[in-house]
This record gives sequence, structure tokens and C-alpha cells, in this order.
Amino acid sequence: MTTEAGTVPPRRWASGRLADAVPVLVTTLVVLILWYAGAAWLNLPQAEEALTRSGKPFGGLDLLLQTYSMKRPILPTPDQVVVELWGSLTGYPLTSPRNLLFHAAVTAQAALTGLAMGVALGTLLAVGIVYTRTLDASLLPWVIASQTVPILAIAPMIVVILGNLGFTGLLPKAVICMYLCFFPITVGMVKGLRSADPLWLDLMRTYSAGGLRAFWSLRLPASLPFLFASLKVSVAISVTGAIVGELPTGGQAGLGARLLSGSYYGQTVQIWAALVMAALLSVLLIAVLRGIERLVLGRGGVR
Amino acid sequence: MHSPSPSRTNGATGQPAPAPIVEARSLSLVYPTADNRPVTALSEVDLTIARGDFVSLIGPSGCGKTTLLRVIADLEQPTGGRITVEGLTPEQARLKRLYGYVFQAPALYPWRTVERNVMLPLEIMGIPRAERQARAREELQRVGLSGFERKFPWQLSGGMQQRASIARALALKPDLLLMDEPFGALDEITRDHLNLHLTQLWRSTGKTCVFVTHSIAEAVFLSTRIVVMSPRPGRILDVIDCDLPRERTLDIRESPEFAAIAHRVRDGLKEGHSYDD
Repeated sequence: MTTEAGTVPPRRWASGRLADAVPVLVTTLVVLILWYAGAAWLNLPQAEEALTRSGKPFGGLDLLLQTYSMKRPILPTPDQVVVELWGSLTGYPLTSPRNLLFHAAVTAQAALTGLAMGVALGTLLAVGIVYTRTLDASLLPWVIASQTVPILAIAPMIVVILGNLGFTGLLPKAVICMYLCFFPITVGMVKGLRSADPLWLDLMRTYSAGGLRAFWSLRLPASLPFLFASLKVSVAISVTGAIVGELPTGGQAGLGARLLSGSYYGQTVQIWAALVMAALLSVLLIAVLRGIERLVLGRGGVR
Repeated sequence: MHSPSPSRTNGATGQPAPAPIVEARSLSLVYPTADNRPVTALSEVDLTIARGDFVSLIGPSGCGKTTLLRVIADLEQPTGGRITVEGLTPEQARLKRLYGYVFQAPALYPWRTVERNVMLPLEIMGIPRAERQARAREELQRVGLSGFERKFPWQLSGGMQQRASIARALALKPDLLLMDEPFGALDEITRDHLNLHLTQLWRSTGKTCVFVTHSIAEAVFLSTRIVVMSPRPGRILDVIDCDLPRERTLDIRESPEFAAIAHRVRDGLKEGHSYDD
């Protein structure tokens, strides 16, 4: 993937060749058709009930249109979600809890803080594992075991314990994100720090370079492509972690809180709008990450 | 000439004694293996390399030529015998960065530009930035890579990459250049070109070169002395003086003198059963 980034200049997108766009358009179209079909099917009983209750006679088309305009559908249609999303983004100021960007910002803050903590922890563990034989044997099983515990089970406990220690708000959420995303970082960095070619290491030896120098000038730069691969995984699960972390707090802000309040009141359209917002947030963060990757690895990152 | 070491000067005249740059006596290296059948990579190797020589180590795979080079560079530790480099142990010589090493592969760091690759050893030595850059440019010019300073390794051909790695070894300004089949992976045309380049470089800089190869023509063309080695166990069979004129062109390979030396090398390899199997 880095190979592409280096050899093909970014104008590939701008040039917008139709042939490139066709598969994307076809996929989108198929998804939309399936979505509308699913909405009609799932909302049918509700719609039928509503029309029957109104007492007016109705035909097949009336029924179909009714499935697409329910107030609290089982599955909202894409247009309903878009309208809800658009209304939330344009109808309220950024500081309003009714604006989804406000919630997205709260979630992003927790996710990015957690990601930074996860990178620090993951890198530290990887350095320990790579440089210390005993840690290599003893630490990795624990790291793997930590990931077999479902986050939904451990998240409330983290919130409770940290709350008890006086930490509320951002930190508990960030810790949950860190818990989720240090793992790919550790795995990637262990591989990355070991990825240096034996000849590159021999070369350092012929320069009588110390261990620290070999780390900074060789092992760390050699590991960066691996770090970015891990980061792409981590940033997405970090957003998930932040949302999960917002659930048990019954929080006032954040996409997770928005999902929770939506489900309290059966506001499925609101839930879906928040879900789409969460997906957009992840996409945005990954795009930013790709930009940083291109900047950091540059043309030299092509391997 | 000023020699810092009194042991290397001849007391009577004050002239430097012709101290060998590398001296090995009964050098052995045995690798232990899991199945208790140790592999003898080097057996009783005696070798003296004089200052200014171009010495080729030639032999089939497994004859220990690369191992011998790595022992000189302190990348491997011998299990028996003695070896000195510039009168020091190989480790002391390595710590004082007295040699430059060129590997089989260019081993350039892909995230650094060509120039910054050449600057790396100077960076480690703590040489100021301006001087680092000047020296890197000088060495790149010497190997004919001016104008490629800002390129990344992957943007260069294999031959150019290997030249960059030679420039990197030269940047340390070592008296001793150790080269492990540096042109082994290149096509013959590029190889001829680089051989010519290398012999000119050696003549103009007056460095001592130890060069591992498995090409007879390459060894005869480049060397002042050729060390013929044989496998199982790795040992020296013959040391052949290669007294062609120091200034050499590719045409020299057509001369009868060249053919005679090549013949002797081939005989030496035959004697070591290198052509059996």
C-alpha cells in the first residue's frame, strides 16, 4: 500500500477516470438497493398496522411508501438517515448537543487521546519484547490474553474504578481506547523493530555504533511502515472503544451517548445517523493518517 | 610519514617498518552445530596482507572466504589462532573504525537518500553536518554518482546502488577496504565497468583492499595477490602474486600474462577439488 502511495502521485483521484469510478458506483448502488429492500421488508408489519389504524383504504404502493416514512422504523432508509444527519449538522450550532459534530468531536478527542496512549504503551511493550529475552517469553501471552477479554465486560469496570479514583470524563474513555488499540501496535512494532535486514545491523556494527544509535538510526525507521499499518487498524478500533466507553457512563456527550439516548426513546433514525457519523469519523481519521504516513515515509517509504 | 606507534617504526632510521595491515596466524573458526558435527569454516589460516595491496580471496562456496573477511572485520570471532588488524585486535580496529566494509548487497537504508546513506557513518562519528555533507559529496563524486545525492536507493540501478555503498565505506576514510563479493549480483557488463572503476579507485587512493570473489577473471584483473581457498575445511591452498602492471585496462584480460595467472588460479582451485561434486 505504501508502494502505491509513493509511485502513483495523488492526482490519481483528481484525474477521476470513469473506469475507476464505475466499480465504486455499482457497489454503492447495490448497497442502496439492498438497503431499501431490507427497509421495506422489515418495516412492513409496522406500516401495515399504521395504515390499517388510519382506517383509509390503501394499495400496494401506499404500503411501500409508508414503510419508507415511518417515524420509528425498524430499519430507516438511507434518505431518512441523511435528512436526520443533515438537519443535525445544519440546524444547530456546533456547541449544541443536538449537533452530531459536537458529539463526534467529543468521541474523536477520547479516541485520539486513547490512540496516543495506546501507541506509547504498545511501543514500550514492543521495545521491551524485542530487547529483553525474558519479556519476549513472558509478556506476549499476557498481551494476547488481554485481548480475549470482551471489551464490553471490562469497559464498565474501568469506568467504575477510575471514577472511584476521581477520574471522570475523558480519561476513562481514553483508557478503554488504549486497552483496545495497544495490541495491534505491539504486534506491529515487534515485527517492525525486528524487520531490520541482518546486513543493515552488521553495517551498524562495522561503524561500532551503540545499541541506542542502532535503535534510532536503524530499528525505529525500519519499523515505521509497520507502525502505520498497525495505526490504521488501531484508529478504527479506537473510535469503537470511545463509543463503547461512552455507553456505561450514560454520558451526556459523544456518539456513544447519542446512540444510548436514541435507543432509550426508540429513535432509530437518530441511532443510524450517529452510526453513520461514527463511520465518517473513522474514515476521516484514517484519511488523515494516510496523509501523515505519506508525509513521514515519503518516497523513501517505498519498499 | 608520521607513525604514532613507536613499535611500528624502525629505531635505527626512524622510517616506518613495513608492518602488515592484516596478519593471521593459524586462524581457525569452528561453528558448533545442533547435531554435534561442528563445521570447520576456517582451518589453520596463515595470511599476511601488506599495506597498499589488493588481495582477492577466491574459492567455491563454503571455502570460508567470506568468513575470513568477517573475522577481519570482527563480525565473527575466531575460535583459534591469532589475528591482528593494523597491529590491533579486530575488535579494537572495529571500535576505532579503521576499515570500511562493502557487503554483497548494497544494504542502503531505504528511508534515507543516497547522500544521507553515505553520511550515516559520519553522523555516528559525530562529525559536524557541513563537513558530513562535503565528505559525502566528495565520495559520491569519486564513484561517479554526482547528481544522485537526493535520490532514494530504489531510484538507482543495482550497479549504482553498489557504488553508493562503496562511497559510504570510503566516507570513513579507512586505509583498509573490505569487500564481500560486491559485484556478485550484477550483470557482466556492469561488473566489468565497476571492476575498471574499482581498480582506478584503488590506484588513486592507495588503500589496501581485501576482496572476496568467486570469479577468476575478476580476481586476476583486480588483484596484486590472489588467495586461493578450498572448502571442507576452509583453508588457504595457494597465494599467487599477480604481477601485472598496476595500471590496468579491460584489454589486459586478453594478454598471455593474464591467461597464465588465471590458469594458475584455476589449477589451484582444481587441486582443492573445487570442480568435484
